[in-house]
Amino acid sequence: MRNEFLTVYWKEMIKFFRFKSLLITSLLQPALWMGFFGIAMSSNFDRLSAMYSISPGMEQIGYLTFMGAGVIAMTALFTSLYGGMSLIFDKNFGLMKEMIVSPMPRSHIIIGLGLSGLTKGFIQSMIIMVFGVFMGVEFFSALDPFGIIISILGILVFVGTFSSGFVFLSAGIALRLETHEGMQAIMTLLSMPLFFVSNALYPVDAFPAALKALSIVNPLTYLINGIRCFAIGPDFYALGKHYAYTAEVISISYTALLIFAVIAFAFAMNSIRNVKIN
Amino acid sequence: MAGDNVIKKIIEVRDLKHNFGDLQAVDNISFEVYDGEIFSFLGPNGAGKSTTINILITLLKLQEGIATIAGNNVQRDPAAIRKSIGIVFQNEVLDRDLTVWEILEFHGRIYQIPKNERKEIIEELLNVVDLEQKRDTRIKYLSGGMKRRLEIARGLMTRPKVLFLDEPTVGLDPQTRLKIWDYIRDINDSGTTIFLTTHYMDEADHLSDRIGIIDKGKIITIDSPDQLKNSLGRDVIYVNTSDNEKAKPLLEKITSIYDISESVKGIALLTAMDGTMVMPSILDVIKEGGLEIISINLKKPTMDDVFVHYTGKEIRNEPTDKVHPRPGHHGRR
Ligand SMILES: Nc1ncnc2c1ncn2[C@@H]1O[C@H](COP(=O)(O)OP(=O)(O)O)[C@@H](O)[C@H]1O
Ligand SMILES: [Mg+2]
Repeated sequence: MRNEFLTVYWKEMIKFFRFKSLLITSLLQPALWMGFFGIAMSSNFDRLSAMYSISPGMEQIGYLTFMGAGVIAMTALFTSLYGGMSLIFDKNFGLMKEMIVSPMPRSHIIIGLGLSGLTKGFIQSMIIMVFGVFMGVEFFSALDPFGIIISILGILVFVGTFSSGFVFLSAGIALRLETHEGMQAIMTLLSMPLFFVSNALYPVDAFPAALKALSIVNPLTYLINGIRCFAIGPDFYALGKHYAYTAEVISISYTALLIFAVIAFAFAMNSIRNVKIN
Repeated sequence: MAGDNVIKKIIEVRDLKHNFGDLQAVDNISFEVYDGEIFSFLGPNGAGKSTTINILITLLKLQEGIATIAGNNVQRDPAAIRKSIGIVFQNEVLDRDLTVWEILEFHGRIYQIPKNERKEIIEELLNVVDLEQKRDTRIKYLSGGMKRRLEIARGLMTRPKVLFLDEPTVGLDPQTRLKIWDYIRDINDSGTTIFLTTHYMDEADHLSDRIGIIDKGKIITIDSPDQLKNSLGRDVIYVNTSDNEKAKPLLEKITSIYDISESVKGIALLTAMDGTMVMPSILDVIKEGGLEIISINLKKPTMDDVFVHYTGKEIRNEPTDKVHPRPGHHGRR
């Protein structure tokens, strides 16, 4: 079986680990989000939650716990959205030409890159989970060690599918652009609405209809469903709202992510088949 | 190059055309490259050299014509072509953040060279291009010459039948250029056919078994460096007078001069006989015309002269009554 995608992956990972300052910032950034934003927000939102009345006998989870899942998702989004950036570098200053005229199928360039995005997503998610637990995020609270492992795997499957999808999307766009600046602009334009029109920081139920519709086509929504279900549990209250993730909701969420990843892959393949190199 | 039946053609190109929009970058060219030779495309920037190479190496889609390398059709079987060739691109294709070893390892892996063989050939080639000391150095810390040598080594990793070198020494200092020429010759001696492009006369002259002169998408002539130089006649004389414009029609009358063109060194005259015998007539016609000679210079034709002759502005048509060392070979249109 052909395995050249592993070589592309190898090259990407060398570069990821080589630049210590970049590596450390990319790992520190989500921790900082959790630290500053989380504590600032939870001191407010926890007071707010106390004002909601919920079913007797049920307890609300803390805002930090609620938001922790959102931060994992946000980090996966931002990291993978920039995952295609290296292709612009490869096109302008790097090894793209070499790869394009090699016998390696072009799909391997995309798959290798997707795999590297997925790996980065995994590493960051694990860091946030560990750091979050130290900060008082109550993930996996009712679980035995076996349950915790299953839950972490579940989270990684969701994060991995989501990250690959966004790396494919990012790659597909990058292959059609000439400059980093153009890429930067498009990514900023994309990331803001994706992030805010999601349930990462607050429930979406109170959104106006249009935004609510947007949140339904937003892959981030489905990723956060998955993470919350595995990290917090299938049934909990937060910010006065009841969250219940049935097996059906979770399968639909995962299927949505999978469909997104497949479409993004097809888009990236189309881009690399028609790639123009100066 | 006698005995055509024993010479194997490794590259064959027929009626190749390539347009970028309205621009005819390659305009109906045909040529072949023989197994084991060093073949050069010599031409100015924009002549269509890289475009031709890029079609042959399957980077550009072939638009019109036929091209085969080692019997494989470029259009029909790009996968076979890709496996059988080595490439050094005109522009640097490296990654500044990887090390020398990583660049070669990456190449070996995407060409699926088995691990042991890969290790062996990387060692061997680092040695060939004198980069053993730099194996763990990142590309951004290498000099231009080292990078070029690394790219050449990489091009050789798959032990290709043909190595394509697109302007291999552009931008390098003279010593480095000489060194790279040595590598190219060594590689060729070990049996690899070389197809290189250059806009340096001396490079084409020193390295090539045969040169194709290419300009504006057309091949003007193909021959060995010696034949090309001989085709210009015996000698080249450069004359500078007090008024070169007036001098030209006067010089045209001398029958043993068969071509006149303008060069940076003055009026360039190609002589059909020993140049020293032509000099007195030159002095005479200039004096008779009331002009003065500022300088006069005689030498054997060089590649520069060949190039000016074939691609430079022609200032007079071929006379019919003069000796033509190679009739029908000079003058473009
Ligand atoms: N991708 C391209 N798009 C448009 N024009 C191009 C492209 N590549 C080359 N050209 C043009 O085609 C002509 C031949 O270019 P090229 O083959 O690179 O010449 P050379 O390698 O001999 O310098 C030039 O006029 C160049 O500007
Ligand atoms: Mg060129």
